[in-house]
Amino acid sequence: MNYFKEFKKGIWKDNPVMVQLLGMCPTLAVTNSATNGLAMGLATIFVILSSAIFVATLRKIIPHQVRIASYIVIIATFVTIADYTLAALFPVISKALGPYVPLIVVNCLILGRMESFASKNPVPISVTDAFGFGAGFTWALVLLGGVREVLGNGTLFGFRVLGDFWEPWIVMVLPGGAFLALGIMIGIMRHFTQKPFIMGVQMEKMIGYRQNNKLIGSPAIFQPETGLGHKIAEEKKEKERQEKEKKKAKAKATPKDKAKEKPVAKPKAEEKSEDKSEGKDAAETPEPAA
Amino acid sequence: MKNLTFKMLAALTMVGLFSGGSLSLVYRAAMPSIERHRLEDLKKAIFLVLPGSAEYKEESKGKFTLYEGIDEKGNSVGYAFKCSGNGFQGKIEMMVGVDRSYETLKGMVVLYQIETPGLGNKIAFDDFQNQFRELSAIPEIEYIKYIKPQKPNQIQAITAATISSVAVIKIINRSLQEVKKTFAG
Repeated sequence: MNYFKEFKKGIWKDNPVMVQLLGMCPTLAVTNSATNGLAMGLATIFVILSSAIFVATLRKIIPHQVRIASYIVIIATFVTIADYTLAALFPVISKALGPYVPLIVVNCLILGRMESFASKNPVPISVTDAFGFGAGFTWALVLLGGVREVLGNGTLFGFRVLGDFWEPWIVMVLPGGAFLALGIMIGIMRHFTQKPFIMGVQMEKMIGYRQNNKLIGSPAIFQPETGLGHKIAEEKKEKERQEKEKKKAKAKATPKDKAKEKPVAKPKAEEKSEDKSEGKDAAETPEPAA
Repeated sequence: MKNLTFKMLAALTMVGLFSGGSLSLVYRAAMPSIERHRLEDLKKAIFLVLPGSAEYKEESKGKFTLYEGIDEKGNSVGYAFKCSGNGFQGKIEMMVGVDRSYETLKGMVVLYQIETPGLGNKIAFDDFQNQFRELSAIPEIEYIKYIKPQKPNQIQAITAATISSVAVIKIINRSLQEVKKTFAG
């Protein structure tokens, strides 16, 4: 178990917003300002962490058939706790987030992590995973909220960053702006990470993908002799064959070299042992002893 | 099979018990604080729409609750009341302050709205709300677009959010009449 790897994958490689497109409701709905994005992210971190602890603890007790129902009740409990806590301690933020805090219950990011990770792994690693995904969700929300707030309102975290010359793009703080900003951000991210976007990471793992013109993929799917998998498998086999040939060629080449070297080395040893005085001259004479 | 049923029941019962138990605890702990915030907000809103008041008295009749603002010397400043109605996307709830004759608005503050961010939600901004200070409500409040108000009973509607602005005015006009009928006979 590599804790850092499990933490990192939620932040970047499997980022819920940028890569897996999970939890789109809060992502699109509350990110009209960076503050709202941050608050929603923190609330989500709280819920996903507490739920992960609980689900991972009970993973062997809860029967398979009622797991989803149990997870929903657990998640809903922590969401309600978060909602009341916000209302009691931070009424301003609670008002700004409005109905979206209770809606964390149906955030598929949380249920997804419970189902695919916390229900199968011990508590510490589940918490690491949950925290990674929560943090990944939060930074994506803050970034999206920041971009939309700056473009749509000229402010960031409520402070004016663009001067009066800036004519706010009101569409950016409207629902349409959420789709625009998110789409462009995902596009930019894909451009740099260079993975084709085929229904998220799971699909990628199943059918394979190209990266820097190299074929990468899971061998399991290459068994059926049809489609992309077949081609990839053939190319892979061809490559392996070529590599084997190269190795063979190398292996063939090496004994010859050794054979050439040996005769040179043997006389040296013999001459050294037999007559040390004529060592230099004798070394130049080719393979008399062999 | 029986064993599995039992297990399922046990697991769900356990989760449900935990959930209910912890929620009731949290509810108990948080409710006084939430109630206090609500009262504070109410007080703040009343003092905002009735400038100069230091205390308030409550009086309920029909579906309205009238809050009478009282200044430090004990004189009545005016009345404040809550009113609500439909806006562009959902309910708008406001606190409105009027003078004792129900003729001039003392102020208005939006308590709850879910209007479009960046457009309609400007009804909750000071620029818009301050227009209702010392606004004549005789014969009723009107709006004007794009230019500064021309008459004492006019306000300037928010550009690109006319529906929200008009909704506010309609709600105030309607409920002011109702409050007047209810309390002033």
